[in-house]
Amino acid sequence: MLTMIGKRLMFAIPSLIGVVIVTFLLTRALPGDPAAYFAGPAATKEAVEQIRKKLGLDKPLIEQFFRYTNDLAHGDFGNSLTTGQPVAAEIRNRLPASAELTLLGLIVSVVIAIPLGVLAATRPGSWVDHLCRVTTTAGVSLPVFFTGLVLVYVFYFRLGWSPAPLGRLDVFYSAPPAVTGFYLIDTLIARDFEAFRSACSQLILPATTLAIFSLAPIARMTRASMLAVLSSEFVRTARASGLSPATVIVTYAFRNAMLPVITTLSMVFSFLLGANVLVEKVFAWPGIGSYAVEALISSDFAPVQGFVLTMAVMYVLLNLVIDILYGVIDPRVRLEG
Amino acid sequence: MKRRDFLKSVSGLAAGAALPAMPSVISSAYADARSETLLIVSEGGPNNLDIHGVGTNVPGYEVSWNCYDRLISHEMKTGPGGVPYYDRDKFKGELAEDFKIDDMSVTFKLKKNAKFHDGAPVTAKDVKWSLDRAVSVGGFPTFQMSAGSLTKPEQFVVIDDYTVRVDFLKKDKLTIPDLAVIVPCIINSELVKKNASEKDPWGLEFTKQQTAGSGAYKVTKWTAGTEVVMERNEDWVGGPLPKIKRVIWRMVPQAGNRRALLERGDADISYELPFKDFQEMKASGKLNVVSLPFSNGIQYIGMNVTKPPFDNPKVRQAVAYAIPYQKIMDAVMFGLANPMFGAPKDKPTEVAWPQPHKYNTDMEKAKALMAEAGYANGFETTISFDLNFAGVNEPLCVLVQESLAQIGIKTTINKVPGANWRTELNKKEMPLFTNVFSGWLDYPEYFFYWCYHGNNSVFNTMSYKSAEMDKLIDGARAAAATGDTATYDTDVKGFVDLAYSDIPRIPLYQPFVNVAMQKNISGYQYWFHRRLDYRAMAKV
Repeated sequence: MLTMIGKRLMFAIPSLIGVVIVTFLLTRALPGDPAAYFAGPAATKEAVEQIRKKLGLDKPLIEQFFRYTNDLAHGDFGNSLTTGQPVAAEIRNRLPASAELTLLGLIVSVVIAIPLGVLAATRPGSWVDHLCRVTTTAGVSLPVFFTGLVLVYVFYFRLGWSPAPLGRLDVFYSAPPAVTGFYLIDTLIARDFEAFRSACSQLILPATTLAIFSLAPIARMTRASMLAVLSSEFVRTARASGLSPATVIVTYAFRNAMLPVITTLSMVFSFLLGANVLVEKVFAWPGIGSYAVEALISSDFAPVQGFVLTMAVMYVLLNLVIDILYGVIDPRVRLEG
Repeated sequence: MKRRDFLKSVSGLAAGAALPAMPSVISSAYADARSETLLIVSEGGPNNLDIHGVGTNVPGYEVSWNCYDRLISHEMKTGPGGVPYYDRDKFKGELAEDFKIDDMSVTFKLKKNAKFHDGAPVTAKDVKWSLDRAVSVGGFPTFQMSAGSLTKPEQFVVIDDYTVRVDFLKKDKLTIPDLAVIVPCIINSELVKKNASEKDPWGLEFTKQQTAGSGAYKVTKWTAGTEVVMERNEDWVGGPLPKIKRVIWRMVPQAGNRRALLERGDADISYELPFKDFQEMKASGKLNVVSLPFSNGIQYIGMNVTKPPFDNPKVRQAVAYAIPYQKIMDAVMFGLANPMFGAPKDKPTEVAWPQPHKYNTDMEKAKALMAEAGYANGFETTISFDLNFAGVNEPLCVLVQESLAQIGIKTTINKVPGANWRTELNKKEMPLFTNVFSGWLDYPEYFFYWCYHGNNSVFNTMSYKSAEMDKLIDGARAAAATGDTATYDTDVKGFVDLAYSDIPRIPLYQPFVNVAMQKNISGYQYWFHRRLDYRAMAKV
């Protein structure tokens, strides 16, 4: 097992090097001149040149690249110009915010989508099946920012049930001391139940928005793979042997139908983590997606590179976890590097 | 799982999820904190707390303005609509108790009880160090200082612990006003020097993250891109103690949510909303919406005069007659701007800027001018705008495009990403574009010096060059410095007339700065920098 993990990690190294080179070149190829942008509206040509020098952008590309990789090797991702902070620190602070939101959204989604998919598969053509089809199609067809805005409009603006969409905590609560970076956990560790409640209520709408969007792939995949498994011979045998429908569906069919669902889950998770920019924008969520987009808009190289690199590492790790999970769920899957 | 069980568990889950969403119990301490706290929501936040920093953005100016003091500041007067408006010509001491302007210098006596946030007294050497820093760090601060002929550290002389003299390099009417802008702020020199390094002798890295001033507020928490929290400085001597104890400034990127927060009464103040929202909020009357014109600012259509076809004044005039001015005012600005067009034919030119020109939408005249210029069949060109301000620029350009098509000018719209806009302006190659310029210092010759003078600054986006124009602008600047009102008046009228007959840029309107706030917020003041001054605000 350990050798397998080591081997897998070894194989990830070339792709990471590739990511470093490609993001470096891509950010340099972006239109826009960061020196002119950050010199301010009233800058003269000399002022722009001064700033270019300060940022080290007057050096040849290859020298910039070596300097960048050297900094990377020392764990220095550089400084963001738009926020003025070190990129590594910012990503460290913002990743948990995105991860907490995405995980919660995914959990809500799984809790609804998997039973829905299973029910739809066991009764194809019934009302549950249609319900599944309609909700998932609707969920995936509505753009996330739209769902988010509608939820804010209804639950905050009209009904007043939900707190103001102002990020992770109500403005008058202070953040708990960071242990995991997940406010739901950190507030409990700090035994600050009011803050826990606030963090929880701030999470509901954005997590629901994400859940609605990610229902479709999970439910549809569950349904499809359950249908395939339910029509297979071992299920017929199980049924013929007189096992109860619950045992047949949960123990035999579901476990076998899990593999594609897990793959989908991992894809949905990594996709959501990077792509929930719009949800973050709508809910003023201090996450990693909105950070990267802000940086991109202002040609701020360092955060873009840091973001892509972080995401690449996450993908590698996630894939590894999924592969290990495969082995746990289905011992027939052989793990090879 | 049976169907019934499933439904039960789902509804149970939904009920559980709804619980924490109930309005939380508001304790009395919480309510107190609310009434002394100002909650501001805006789209963007600062990237640096020090205006001397590399690439400090405009929200950063707001922090600097409220957390640092200057030697002098402006008095207030009553502006349009009864809103307090800074008085361009009257100054009062902020850190200075008293100041005396002589022929070639100005002497400041400092307030003896002034203290920095860490308790250190504000002395003359802090003042000198801070002004030296402003003229030496380079970039925007140094540039702004030079606009008032403040360029050399030798100009700032320490007389004794509480007296400083600023020597003039030459007579310049803008020197005193330039000492009251945001840049010449006074910094705690000992504290910053302690945290400076060889690579960073002015301690820019230190002041980027924390405020080291003597101002009315100090930053206690800053999470870049999320929030800024500022607390009142109880020992402030720059003016009467502010009423607001704490300012929480949250970044809410979504304009619709900012409006919702205001209308629900959760946020106290917001700006940077779409004009349509401001207009609707104004109409509904639930909130106070203040709209005041940008001082010395104009949105315009510029034409590159170095290349055909816009090198021909007839073509430029044709364009000026073809712009759908009123439509832009109604459909793009929702009436929230001062029109800068269609002055009556017989109206004399004033000694003021901005003032409306005499062009109106007149397609027949425009077509005739096009024919005269030899472009009866029109031509093709592109019109460019800055995507950062797409909310205004995009519909504006579409309207212009539609209108120009009627006189045979076929335009393609070129949307330039914000990061690239300044580079494109600097290249001076765009044939036709729209942009805004607004000067901190509210003097006609200041505007014209940057926008029309033949020394071709970044803001002379049209690359306009005219010996006559240069003579008039230089004449007005010289006359202003010596106090020769008669020459000044003729020269100002002269350059305004020339700018309108030659028409390299077509003013459209003077934009408004719009701020929406709760009815219980008072004390909003308009400043040349157009950001909020928390010091005069109160919440009842």
